[in-house]
Amino acid sequence: MRNVSNDLFMLFDANASETPRLAALAAADAAQRLAGNPASPHRAGRAARAVLESAREQLADLFGGEPDDLVFTSGGTEANALALHGVGRPILFGATEHDAVRQALPPGARPLQVPADGRILLETIDRALAEAPGPALVCLMLANNETGVLHPVAGAARLCRRYGAWLHVDAVQAAGRLPLDVASLGADSVALSGHKLGGPKGAGALLLAGARRGRLPPMIAGGGQEQGRRGGTPALGAIAGFAAAAAAAVAAQATTGARQATLRDRIEHAAISFGAVPCGAAAPRLPNTTCLALPGRPAASQLIALDLAGYGVSAGSACSSGKVARSHVLAAMGLGSLAGEAIRVSLPWDVQEAAVDGFIAAYIRMATQAGSRPA
Amino acid sequence: MRILVAMSGGVDSSVVAATLAAQGHEVIGATLQLYDVREAEAKAGACCAGRDIRDAKRVADRLGFAHYVIDAEQRFRDSVIGNFADSYAAGETPVPCVACNMGVKFTDLLGLARELGAEAMATGHYVRRVETGHGIELHRPVDASRDQSWFLFATTPAQLAYLRFPLGDMPDKSAVRAEAQRLGLAVAAKPDSQDLCFVPAGGHYADIVESLRPGIAGEGEIVDASGRVLGSHQGIARYTIGQGKRLGAAALQDGVRQQVVGVEPGSRRVVVGPRSDAPGRTSLRLRDMNWLIEPPDAPLRCTVQLRAREGVRPATVLRTADGAGVTLDTAALAAPGQACVLYEGSRVLGGGFIRRDDH
Repeated sequence: MRNVSNDLFMLFDANASETPRLAALAAADAAQRLAGNPASPHRAGRAARAVLESAREQLADLFGGEPDDLVFTSGGTEANALALHGVGRPILFGATEHDAVRQALPPGARPLQVPADGRILLETIDRALAEAPGPALVCLMLANNETGVLHPVAGAARLCRRYGAWLHVDAVQAAGRLPLDVASLGADSVALSGHKLGGPKGAGALLLAGARRGRLPPMIAGGGQEQGRRGGTPALGAIAGFAAAAAAAVAAQATTGARQATLRDRIEHAAISFGAVPCGAAAPRLPNTTCLALPGRPAASQLIALDLAGYGVSAGSACSSGKVARSHVLAAMGLGSLAGEAIRVSLPWDVQEAAVDGFIAAYIRMATQAGSRPA
Repeated sequence: MRILVAMSGGVDSSVVAATLAAQGHEVIGATLQLYDVREAEAKAGACCAGRDIRDAKRVADRLGFAHYVIDAEQRFRDSVIGNFADSYAAGETPVPCVACNMGVKFTDLLGLARELGAEAMATGHYVRRVETGHGIELHRPVDASRDQSWFLFATTPAQLAYLRFPLGDMPDKSAVRAEAQRLGLAVAAKPDSQDLCFVPAGGHYADIVESLRPGIAGEGEIVDASGRVLGSHQGIARYTIGQGKRLGAAALQDGVRQQVVGVEPGSRRVVVGPRSDAPGRTSLRLRDMNWLIEPPDAPLRCTVQLRAREGVRPATVLRTADGAGVTLDTAALAAPGQACVLYEGSRVLGGGFIRRDDH
């Protein structure tokens, strides 16, 4: 069989999952070896608890929050859901938010439309806040997972303060890739995910700030862990790895980002010369992400062709079936049929130049493959 | 060779994919997601991966080939379910499986296979593709009880050239299951799918039709050929020509069992006639003809099959500008919207859809 083996496979899908960082693997492994439960009062419990609290302090420090305000979760989806749980306020959300947010919204939540570049306009938020029936909760991602487009979150935070609204920020894609300081950002809660910055899968956090510091109604009460805000024994290995990965990501952020942006632009330019339309490229973006539409070529066909050629990319938001669905993000940007014809290329932190050149060659082969699809 | 296999998650297409992979071909498995299985399976909490998709993926995992789920929900809704409902609303009895094979499977998925550089596309259909010195022929399978040739009459010669149907030569279904067992496939004992795939278990296709085309829902009259009202019915989408059930009090007239001889969408009336009359007609007109032989200029003597599970009847077919005219040797009931497929022995010569008399 000519199946591509793992060592020949290049994963350019870092927005789904980053390359695990060695420091994270080491920290996770060490933490996994601890038998104690962090909630136990004995010596083994205390040892586990020390690891948990060190991770909490480290992450709070890296992202500008207070350790007491950091609630560990199973990942970004749970962190977002927890932020939206039992809010009791009208909710406004960006039309390009991730399903982690969209599927956690209570009935009646109102979408905030975005223009063609995918970056929300502050006047849209301003108007919606003015029309809201009371103090609202605004949900806005820092960086979009499909296009990498950055939203003006600091500006949104100022508007929210003016209207007495809370701001929840899904920073899952941005954390580790861009400077993130929750205090100066002005958000009232921020969702983070471990495996999006090179940690193990299975840990995330909700960092509370501003008006939402302190208590939070739990979705799972359990044994009252995380100060009663999230029951259940925390995934200590994944959490320790999360903190170590975040530290490594932040330390290398500037150099990684600059290198990725150069390579990303190289891919983008090559793709454009073979007919690709970059989506959201007019807006400020994450340095590692490009969303490339090929008019007339279904996204699934592009993704499969690249997969068979040894390159992993994504399209739309991932579903557990692996189905390639139309992108609600690009649809919200008014891109019409392109919403079903775009792939996301998201470079990992350890991307190599040679791999990028190989990808460009594979992309060109894919884009120039005679499509025989009848109209 | 690189070959795309259309995998439903059932035992048939699983055996096709696994056999080709075991033979050393580079198999690309593809499962079409045609509808939201959360509704069809009524299983809360499942993501869009239904049981069939999981089963197909497990086969691919076991044999070590790539498998993808292709979203065809919108296209299926528009091109298959929409037309299915329209057809019933027009008083016809549609064959959605033919529409699905023609569009979603043999146009879209086949187009994908070509885009991916596959040399062929294989399916688990029970038909035989026979290469001869003067072209490629479509035949009934070895196992007559699994025959799907009637559903595949609309396959074009170009599609047929690219397609492969490895199960057409299997002696029977138990041989396919034995092969699945031998290959270690968990689907070896999976029950065959029944009825229309998009109708939920325990549901009725007419409920789907009526929810999409509410205008045809609701009661109407059951009448005889003279227009005399014999009873009432629960919606015309539940009736097809030749049907003897669901007629209530109208089912028996003067001791003679009745059957549906017409469905009138405008007045929402179902027309019945005596079953014993050997009713029907000898003349049919077909639309959307597909020819798997050189389209004949002279009258063609052949046999025709007028519904999925029925024997063939001798007939003479004359090609026309907008389809074909069929003259049956003896009268038969024919439901507009159903396929009339032309055979010569086991070979499919072509076919078309039966027109309504007023169209």
